[in-house]
Amino acid sequence: MNKVHALLTKIGQINARYRTPRIAMSGAVRGSLLVLRLYLIGLVLLMVYGFVRIVTRG
Amino acid sequence: MNFFARLYYWSRKAWKAVALYLVIAGPGLVVMVADNDAGGITTYAATGAKYGYHLIWFLLLLVPVAYYVQEMTVRLGAVTKRGHAEAIFDGFGAFWGWFSLLDLLIVDWLTLVTEFVGMTAALAIFGMPPWVTVIAVIALMMIIVLNGRYWTFEKLALLFCALNLVYIPGAFLVHPSMQAVLHEGLIPNFAGGFNGQLFFFLMANIGTTIAPWMLFFQQSAVVDKGMQEKDIPWGRFDTFLGSVVTVVVAIFIVIVTGTVLPGIDIDSAAQASQQLMTTNRWVGTLLAIGLFDAGLLGAICISLASSWAFGEIFGWAHSLNTKIREAPWFYATYLAMLATAGAIVLIPKAPLVLITLFVQVVAVTLLPAALVFLILLLNDEATMGDRRNTPVQNLIGGGIVVSIIVLSTLYGITVLFPGYFQ
Repeated sequence: MNKVHALLTKIGQINARYRTPRIAMSGAVRGSLLVLRLYLIGLVLLMVYGFVRIVTRG
Repeated sequence: MNFFARLYYWSRKAWKAVALYLVIAGPGLVVMVADNDAGGITTYAATGAKYGYHLIWFLLLLVPVAYYVQEMTVRLGAVTKRGHAEAIFDGFGAFWGWFSLLDLLIVDWLTLVTEFVGMTAALAIFGMPPWVTVIAVIALMMIIVLNGRYWTFEKLALLFCALNLVYIPGAFLVHPSMQAVLHEGLIPNFAGGFNGQLFFFLMANIGTTIAPWMLFFQQSAVVDKGMQEKDIPWGRFDTFLGSVVTVVVAIFIVIVTGTVLPGIDIDSAAQASQQLMTTNRWVGTLLAIGLFDAGLLGAICISLASSWAFGEIFGWAHSLNTKIREAPWFYATYLAMLATAGAIVLIPKAPLVLITLFVQVVAVTLLPAALVFLILLLNDEATMGDRRNTPVQNLIGGGIVVSIIVLSTLYGITVLFPGYFQ
């Protein structure tokens, strides 16, 4: 339990340390990055679907 | 006399340059050859068997692609003295940092599974049970990194890189028709037309040549090695040499299977080795040895990429120049990655070959996100100064990102609508 607490504390410290990004990005750039990420995750999920379909088909 | 004096002078100068390169050589060559890992060997073997020599021109295109992507990590590492994970957290904040770290962890771990798939399959050809291979390999890889010196690790890794060249004599042993190789291989063409299988193979080939873990590995290795800005030209040369070597080895594997097993659906490099043994025992044996070597080198580098990244972010000591008691979490992460990935291979009836090809495709699909961050970091004038990207470098980087997204999308369409391109 202590180790989990220590890990969560450490993650909190990391979040605090890197709260402010050093490279300034406009809202449009941030939005584009988020859209790109989500799109790529969507593609990966599609591939997982393709993979499962092949495996279950035998 | 004057001629001999000049000859002596130039030979001394050339030898000094080679000696200096051998000191600097490392991250670029190691990361590139390590990317010809077990999954890579399987992909190239399957590509040659499926398409013969017809996709060699596409592999040649991957030389500049690999070089331009990895060269950016050399500059970033040498200028900032920071690993890639730390650079992303610092540059873009914790949200994007965790996102990237999670990407890296998932893709690295999956790729590590494919290394164990390759290594166990390669040694199974010589009668070694998979559980013995897994335990022996983990023990060997711990010994390699536990000597407490980055230099020793790197020189051992370079030795494994040299072993990767066994495919070159292997290709000559099968007596390919050079005319056919040049004629079919060098003229751009898409044998069999546009379809889901072609997109899958193109993506898998890109995924075996550039992958997210390589960005993290090379930048961290540049920092751990202590490279300075003045070393960047050598780092570039090292990276370029690595790009050429990795693609040359890939082409020779394609030539081997394209010559001996044309039109055959190969599920794995191990299967290709077994089939080759029936026609040419030496070539089959070389392919199996190369597969094991590739898996071993890939596994070491991929585990290190993750351990370095976590060390950078969690603030643990994270250098190969430290002893185990000085950096316990660094080595614990390395061991945990190896042990869990090795365990997957021992699950009975797991679809290991399918996992291997699938992982290459997932890795390349997630690559554009990592590349966009890399390009943005290289354009940060405050940090990079004169070493920031030029417009041409940005154009090339952007072109690579867009090409991969388009190819991933085309493959995604064929998954949803299998008959769309037929």
